[in-house]
Amino acid sequence: MTQSSVARGDVLVPYDEAVARYDPLIGLETHVELGTRTKMFCGTPASFGAEPNTLVCPVCLGLPGSLPVANMSAVAHTIQIGLALHCTIARWCRFARKNYFYPDMPKNYQISQYDEPLCTDGWLEVTLDDPDHVAGGEPRVVRVEIERVHLEEDTGKSLHVGGATGRIHGADYSLVDYNRAGIPLVEIVTKPIAGTGGLAPAVARAYVGELRDLMRALGVSDVRMEEGSLRCDVNTSLAPRGSAQWGTRSETKNVNSLRSVERAVRYEIQRQAAVLDRGGRVTLETRHFHENTGVTTPGRSKEEAQDYRYFPEPDLVPIAPPPEWVEQLRRALPELPAARRARLQAEWGLPGLDMAALRNAGALDLVEATVAAGATPADARKWWLGELSRHANEDGAELAQLAITPVEVARVSELVASGALNDKLARQVLAGVVAGQGTPDEVVAARGLAVVSDAGELAAVIDEVIGANPDVAAKVRAGKVAAVGALVGAVMKATRGQADAARARDLILERLGQA
Amino acid sequence: MDALTRMTAAGLADLIASGEVSAEEVARAHLDRVALTDGRVHAFLHVSADGALEAARAIDARRAAGEPLGPLAGVPLALKDVFTTTDMPTTCGSRILDGWRPPYDATVTRRLREAGVVILGKTNMDEFAMGSSTENSAFGPSRNPWGLDRVPGGSSGGSAAAVAAFQAPLAIGTDTGGSIRQPAAVCGIVGVKPTYGGSSRHGLVAFASSLDTPGPLARTVLDAALLHEVMSGHDPCDSTSIDAPVPPVVAAAKNPDVSGMKVGVVTEFRGEGYQPGVLARFQEAVDLLEGAGAKVIEVSCPHFRYALPAYYLIAPSECSSNLARFDGMRYGLRVGDDGTRSAEEVMSLTRAAGFGAEVKRRIMLGTYALSSGYYDAYYGKAQQVRTLIGRDFDAAFGQVDVLVSPVTPTTAFPIGERADDPMAMYLADLCTIPSNLAGNAALSVPCGLADEDGLPAGLQIMAPVLADDRMYRVAATAEAALAARWGHVLPDAAPRLEETR
Repeated sequence: MTQSSVARGDVLVPYDEAVARYDPLIGLETHVELGTRTKMFCGTPASFGAEPNTLVCPVCLGLPGSLPVANMSAVAHTIQIGLALHCTIARWCRFARKNYFYPDMPKNYQISQYDEPLCTDGWLEVTLDDPDHVAGGEPRVVRVEIERVHLEEDTGKSLHVGGATGRIHGADYSLVDYNRAGIPLVEIVTKPIAGTGGLAPAVARAYVGELRDLMRALGVSDVRMEEGSLRCDVNTSLAPRGSAQWGTRSETKNVNSLRSVERAVRYEIQRQAAVLDRGGRVTLETRHFHENTGVTTPGRSKEEAQDYRYFPEPDLVPIAPPPEWVEQLRRALPELPAARRARLQAEWGLPGLDMAALRNAGALDLVEATVAAGATPADARKWWLGELSRHANEDGAELAQLAITPVEVARVSELVASGALNDKLARQVLAGVVAGQGTPDEVVAARGLAVVSDAGELAAVIDEVIGANPDVAAKVRAGKVAAVGALVGAVMKATRGQADAARARDLILERLGQA
Repeated sequence: MDALTRMTAAGLADLIASGEVSAEEVARAHLDRVALTDGRVHAFLHVSADGALEAARAIDARRAAGEPLGPLAGVPLALKDVFTTTDMPTTCGSRILDGWRPPYDATVTRRLREAGVVILGKTNMDEFAMGSSTENSAFGPSRNPWGLDRVPGGSSGGSAAAVAAFQAPLAIGTDTGGSIRQPAAVCGIVGVKPTYGGSSRHGLVAFASSLDTPGPLARTVLDAALLHEVMSGHDPCDSTSIDAPVPPVVAAAKNPDVSGMKVGVVTEFRGEGYQPGVLARFQEAVDLLEGAGAKVIEVSCPHFRYALPAYYLIAPSECSSNLARFDGMRYGLRVGDDGTRSAEEVMSLTRAAGFGAEVKRRIMLGTYALSSGYYDAYYGKAQQVRTLIGRDFDAAFGQVDVLVSPVTPTTAFPIGERADDPMAMYLADLCTIPSNLAGNAALSVPCGLADEDGLPAGLQIMAPVLADDRMYRVAATAEAALAARWGHVLPDAAPRLEETR
């Protein structure tokens, strides 16, 4: 791999044209690192971010004589995932060795599963959140069939130093960190997803997003794509529209954000359409997606299939999860994301598109927590999607990263409801909290942001405003009550928004003999 | 000094426990014997004199402090160089582990240390336990004390030779296809392959994971049983370790009584290819058992004839994967890393230089057998044969308590005779392989010297899974009957080596 082939660039067909002439077929293989306390086959802590090669032992280093012992909580997590994906759980299955040589693999084989996966034949319904993908006023829902869910160990992590591409070829030297070696990894493989047409990239993205939410709800992984605890390979192939004659697929590796999943599929559709348009043949190969340029470039050719020489792992005994244990795990499953969304939508009385917008903004958990802290669903939604989204956009941050808690948002909402704040003051309070100036009450106190409705406190301002606007005052005195608005506005301006506008209006009218 | 090395492990343990001799004296006597004889026998790859003396002194201190000692405390032992040891190198008889010092002790090593057994050093072996003669050791062959031009068997040939040469009363070996029983037989000592899963593989550098079984070698059945109990038992670090009590093998070894037992003679293991003297000694042993009250019947195990070919698919398949980790990237030998070569090239050069011919042969065989398109015909078919062999054993043990056969078709062959003929070498394990494939217990007990060459022959006794004690009872009976005839156990008749210098 050299830089030149990246720069050379692929010929692309405009997306709309590509999906007008070709049906995309996609398939996804997703790897999820489980958040178990220890690694898959040893007692070494499984955590992210430690100094390289400090979380290792003879087993995860594959030292001579070491033997694996299966982590049963990883098995339990895999079964939970399988159950949440409506899979059949194997009554008896084995680990298998996948043999290939690579320096980041301590044993030069990976303990994985081959023809006896722990979970098979499930499905996951995904909702397309994008407002463009609406069917009959509701977001489109696509059912993705799951082929298998299996358990394996992660490899170490290579860092190739020197060279242009950061890959092993052309590097001056390579460093390997085995902290990741042996972390339990669940692989979730979809069946080929056909019939989604131009929505294929959105479906791919929504699927990975739904899977991420599912893992989070199950509490089995922290699913941080940027840290690699959720990694995605996307297979794409095309058939001339309506023909179902699928071409050769490409396999785009390690696509590491939801947006990238969508872009990678989109790019592959455009690229393959161009290859097919000119009568070419798509090469069976792995490709790499580049976040910065949005293009995929070829990696290893798979035209000559690698022979992994799988065979049952003789160092481990078969896994035979007792049916009563599986049932216990099934009963203990938490509320899953789809069910939760349906429940919240009903409880909050929101249309589907509003729910989709909440989810899209990453605000679902925040709104739920804000409602739980006492705010009305409408208020919670208004603050998070309005003022707070604006702050997040300005900072380029996620909503959840803002320095404000749902409880604080609920407090602001409460202050507004009680009349202590108006919306304008509330926005200032939110800004203060987000800026780290304290709790809502502290910001209110520090900035003196309470609504002024006391007649005594407002009297001087009102006198001043009437004195400064004799013409308007005269009109009001003469019975043109509607003109009072200008005077109320002046009072609000003079109090920098703190006056209780309705109270000020009443007091002015009283003073001008119109009460 | 000589008197101490001629004693049994049980006898030494008694002397040490009673304070008549110190563990240090015992260790020194054996280290002296090693120094005197190992230039000719070459049983050891590494002798840890300081470590052994330190361990022995610790036992003496514990005894002096009145602490209770285990049944083998202070007894010297030779450990096959396939078990990891933190205080000694672990080479597996291979260049590829050059310079590697394990950071952890094997479970077997740890149990020996905890029992107060004094580890003298690490013994020679066929590279990665692949072979039946120790000629595949990268460090030169060991020699058979009964005839120094003869092989001591293998792969645990160093361990067997050390015990037969009175360098140690006890040794540990590993048995994947007969690698304890065959060297024990040709060195005229007792060697035991416990039930698979009865002794831990944790820290045993794997050859073929589903077959490898650590076990004891000794000059008497009782000594083997004492070591068997000390080294065995459930190990949570080995998933294939059996979570059940160790069969009462010491009690069985002290109970030489076969009256009423049914002994099955395997029909398939005699005839053409068997040395007449080996068959004659075998028949005598069977007759002795019958005389001691056993009922002897013929039992056919029709699938045993497929055991050897099935083994030579399964074991190489597993080894091709197990040995993949030796690539020069993390430990051991690294060849060709001159800054211009890729990781793949360095791996390839390291493996080419670090592995011997037999290891390469088996890696290639196994790689082929597991390949896409060949898996079903080779590895898959071999697994089916394995199932059938297990059924033969089940059927046989439905009729008899134990099965018996010769251990190996011939006595010790001359060094070099089969080195270039792998098939002839493989035949040495013809009778021992079925028990590895089925996972049941089997042992080798000396049954005399073949008339043709005056070299030892062994009687193999096979028992069902976790019925290890049963074969010890039979072995103790045979040993007692033969000792009554000869006036001593067979190892006592081994050349003294002082004279054969």
